[in-house]
Amino acid sequence: MREVAVVGVGMTQFGMSEKTQIEMFSEAAMDAITESNIEPRDIQALFLGNGLGDFEEGQMNMAPMCAADIGIPNVPATRFEGACASATVAMRNAYLWVASGFYDIVLAGGTEKAMAMGTPMATRTFAMGSDSRYEGFAGITFPGAFGMAAHLYSKKYGIPLQKLKEQMAMVAVKNHKNGVLNPKAQFRKEITVEKVLSGIVIADPLQLLDCCPFSDGASALVFASVDKAKELTKKPIYIAGVGQGSAGPLYTQKDFTRIKARETAVKQSYMQAGVGPKDIDVCELHDCFTIAEILATEGLGFFEFGKGSQAVEEGKTSLNGEIPINPSGGLKAKGHPIGATGAAQAYEIVKQLREECGERQVKGAKIGMIDTLGGDLATVCNMIFRR
Amino acid sequence: MEYKLTYNKYKEALMSDKFCGLKCNKCGGYTVPPKKVCMECASEDMDIVELSARGEIKTYTVIRVPPEGFDAPYIVSMVELDEGPWVMGNIVDLDPDKATMDLIGKRVSIGHKVVKGDKFSAGDGVALAFKLEG
Ligand SMILES: [Zn+2]
Repeated sequence: MREVAVVGVGMTQFGMSEKTQIEMFSEAAMDAITESNIEPRDIQALFLGNGLGDFEEGQMNMAPMCAADIGIPNVPATRFEGACASATVAMRNAYLWVASGFYDIVLAGGTEKAMAMGTPMATRTFAMGSDSRYEGFAGITFPGAFGMAAHLYSKKYGIPLQKLKEQMAMVAVKNHKNGVLNPKAQFRKEITVEKVLSGIVIADPLQLLDCCPFSDGASALVFASVDKAKELTKKPIYIAGVGQGSAGPLYTQKDFTRIKARETAVKQSYMQAGVGPKDIDVCELHDCFTIAEILATEGLGFFEFGKGSQAVEEGKTSLNGEIPINPSGGLKAKGHPIGATGAAQAYEIVKQLREECGERQVKGAKIGMIDTLGGDLATVCNMIFRR
Repeated sequence: MEYKLTYNKYKEALMSDKFCGLKCNKCGGYTVPPKKVCMECASEDMDIVELSARGEIKTYTVIRVPPEGFDAPYIVSMVELDEGPWVMGNIVDLDPDKATMDLIGKRVSIGHKVVKGDKFSAGDGVALAFKLEG
């Protein structure tokens, strides 16, 4: 295995877009390619994350069309689908193919147009991440799964639900605060704990602002072998470690305050990188719901199990806290175009490690991490980057 | 080896009021809902058994924004069967607005309800229906 670096990144504005999924991806991809000082023809493969393109635009097999749109119609172009973790799974594979020596330069990222579906259809299709035979007919939704996780967490750790809900609201408040500083974020306004706690209930105990939005958007990164990377850019950002884990349907996971797919993945990432949670300077993780961020900060080892909600309250995850979490605004404020999300997390971490994040810059960040979760806690993929 | 307890078989059994799962001949563990191999030890040597259809509520939510095709509000819950596995279903005999954390730990008996399918569901299905005991 040889060293691999990210040499260029691109990302569209997140939110509602007039553009197609292919058009959005092409914009992000060409920005990444231009920044990499290469031409499209230098790319040897395209790995594309996409969750629900079939339902959003009636578009299957989008990857070859994305490749054609940027002038490389004949390279192998493949869709990766791991629900909300699709792009991170695609990037992990881009890394592995370049690290193996098979390719020198691979383009990876993702695109999504979830807002085209409207809430009832989007809720239906997102719920396809559950076991369609043994769970789907109960009418479970994605927020429903995390609502159940919040109740489990409250019970298991003896944190009264009202107290936990306040701590969860602080996750949303923090991420919105960060989102204000991110020009590409879907939401750029601060909110308050009171506002979160007065929102409509989506799935008990989760209220509207506990939930990330449906979003449109795309992001892309160019992965290159270390030799190529040094020729192409003065600021290569190296991939130090990657990990991916799975878990079966939610009912097989039993106490899902502990996400086994994540614990499996992050062990691989830390081992390969030769670092631990204390070494991570900045992290973009999967805050699809406020409780999801709390569970992730514990699963990645930043806090003890059962202490994550308190850590938020103590400001430990704020931009100037001991481990800044989601400086981009996270899925909560930046937006969550599912097939693109992991690539947007990587975009942020690469920019952080290059110190290009302006007001939301985590000072002196040298090691950064992304963590992306797909389906009912069934896929988790993470990557550690260093400068 | 042929798939022992397929979804269709499991569903047909439920519809004649039999809640079935798999019991492992190697380790004695139960696999519910069914899988090709034992969830505990990965053995294929399992028999179809009728379950006690009783368990304890571990967690719940009230769905208020439903997927297309469902009418909210309704309660979704995870129940730990007396045989060990967790299953998902609906608590059907409680007003969703009365669902609180006090539900956790309560005992339920388990039946089923038929759910109409949509164009993505490969026909109609069944969901487990939980009723509070006592
Ligand atoms: Zn067994």
